Amino acid sequence: MYVAVKGGERAIDNAHAWLAEERRGDTAVADLSVAQIREQLSLAVNRVMAEGSLYDADLAALAIKQSRGDLIEAIFLIRAYRTTLPRFGGSLPVDTEDMACDRRISATFKDAPGGQVLGPTFDYTHRLLDFKLAADGEIGEVPQAPARDTATPHIMSFLDREDLIQPEPAGEATPPDLTRTPLELPADRALRLQALTRGDEGFILGMAYSTQRGYARNHAFVAELRIGTVPVEMEIPELGFSIDIGEINLTECETVNQFQGSKTNPPQFTRGYGLVFGMSERKAISMALVDRALRWKELGEDNVGAPAQDEEFVLYHADNIQATGFLEHIKLPHYVDFQSELELIRKLRREATQMQEAAE
Amino acid sequence: MSAYNFAYLDEQTKRMIRRAILKGLAIPGYQVPFASREMPMPYGWGTGGVQVTASVLMPEDTLKVIDQGADDTTNAVSIRRFFERTAGVAVTEATVEASVIQTRHRIPEEPLQAGQILVYQVPIPEPLRFLEPSEVETRKMHSLEEYGLMHVKLYEDISQHGAIATAYAYPVKVEGRYVMDPSPIPKFDNPKLEMEAIQLFGAGREQRIYAIPPFTQVVSLDFDDYPFAPTKADHACDLCGAEDSYLDELIVDDAGGRMFMCSDTDYCLTRRKAGHIGAQGVPYEEASV
Repeated sequence: MYVAVKGGERAIDNAHAWLAEERRGDTAVADLSVAQIREQLSLAVNRVMAEGSLYDADLAALAIKQSRGDLIEAIFLIRAYRTTLPRFGGSLPVDTEDMACDRRISATFKDAPGGQVLGPTFDYTHRLLDFKLAADGEIGEVPQAPARDTATPHIMSFLDREDLIQPEPAGEATPPDLTRTPLELPADRALRLQALTRGDEGFILGMAYSTQRGYARNHAFVAELRIGTVPVEMEIPELGFSIDIGEINLTECETVNQFQGSKTNPPQFTRGYGLVFGMSERKAISMALVDRALRWKELGEDNVGAPAQDEEFVLYHADNIQATGFLEHIKLPHYVDFQSELELIRKLRREATQMQEAAE
Repeated sequence: MSAYNFAYLDEQTKRMIRRAILKGLAIPGYQVPFASREMPMPYGWGTGGVQVTASVLMPEDTLKVIDQGADDTTNAVSIRRFFERTAGVAVTEATVEASVIQTRHRIPEEPLQAGQILVYQVPIPEPLRFLEPSEVETRKMHSLEEYGLMHVKLYEDISQHGAIATAYAYPVKVEGRYVMDPSPIPKFDNPKLEMEAIQLFGAGREQRIYAIPPFTQVVSLDFDDYPFAPTKADHACDLCGAEDSYLDELIVDDAGGRMFMCSDTDYCLTRRKAGHIGAQGVPYEEASV
């Protein structure tokens, strides 16, 4: 006698209970607060906000706690929450020229108005485990400087004045929203940049790295990398003017890339652009390189068949929530499809064996 | 769950999806792009089907959810619970009682009736995808009705294996126009695609919806000398004795012993309740004690 397997409902409930227990870990160790994650794991929070496409550090921290530190799972939680929110309007474009910079560096000029500001960077730390941190996380005295009150102009604007950099055509007033309209190809640059900024950091990094290694190399220099806060303004129809509704932390990267020109047009540098929520400079630089690679057609370059030049390849595979969902779904039951393949392969083998025997 | 709208999606989103569904019904087999939303379940786990179901569901509906033909597989349980929580609709395991059925990989054995809606979860909506990876290209091929590549593939199968080597997600032509992927149902189910009920297909990750209206002609691709043949395991169900239903194969002992049972759990149960007993089955009353 055989009784069919049942119990899916109870198994799910029990799995959830076990998951909750594992998430909490040893209860003798203090529970981690959302505020602690927000303050002390801020780069993880930044990544979840950027790829979750939702600027809310508390929710991102909560998602990280709930996901046991699995950042893609946390991004997923944020995306699923974001999709339920109404879209009640669009802000004015933020002006990164007005950014209050924590960090601002240029790899192309030794000095420029606004100066080189290292800011809180890992760049020149020696990657030695700090065992003192395991015992106590206290920090010493941190030197303070008065906030700069002069503007920090974009490095690109200096190249622009000399016509050395390719001019950027003005985009549509309101760019399309990737989360509200289906992605259809060819995508314009605004849409591509949107997909890249919420794309998986690892994927964008890998794509960018491939261009550096010769798959559509575009000779990128980091003209400028700036990190800081910018005000967000929104026009309120009832008021008839725009007001500040808050401020966000951004990382912006502008690259200056290989020049092009012809007999009639003197050579000009070209650009790549990256803009990401939070302090995410690896992502912003990667984004700028991939953006530049994807612009081959408008800049009149050859398609050398490199993955980073293939808009469809990059845009369709950059989203880690889509990728992880489809990848992991293969662990769901596939008895039915597998059964049909089993029958087919048995039939084909039977026929092949019969033919072999007949031949002998 | 009062923080969420009926059936989770907001009304604007439902309206957008319903428009895509109506367009799909107006152009049978055509893949309509839609702005798929992130759902609280992963892409690849039925988000397309869930969005379609959420958009057609009314408070008076009765919902059935199956995965691999069964109501009690974990993902079917999970999706059914999602709609119990967010829509509060009645749910059932009985095919005949359901007004909306969401399915993954099967069409129920019991013929569906006018008034019922069958919603499929679709992983890859593009039947030409594994012949041509570019979406730009495949959309062009559909618009030009350029399906030669598919016939070449089927022909190559025959020359290599002596048969068309596609066992599930077997391509069909809808109303003489669009070649369509019926989702990964076994080809055993293909003849059922011509039915009285409305069939809606949702692919969330790929952002496509398509549809087959009732009584639409659906032809499985084949050749005159190699006609399409639906197949199943050459057994009867060991629980209910059915010879006409699609079967799952189970490994039941360390020696690799096999048994077969209906993949459609409701069909099997209904038969057992009616007194049918298979080779290894027991009367229904005994099993339920």
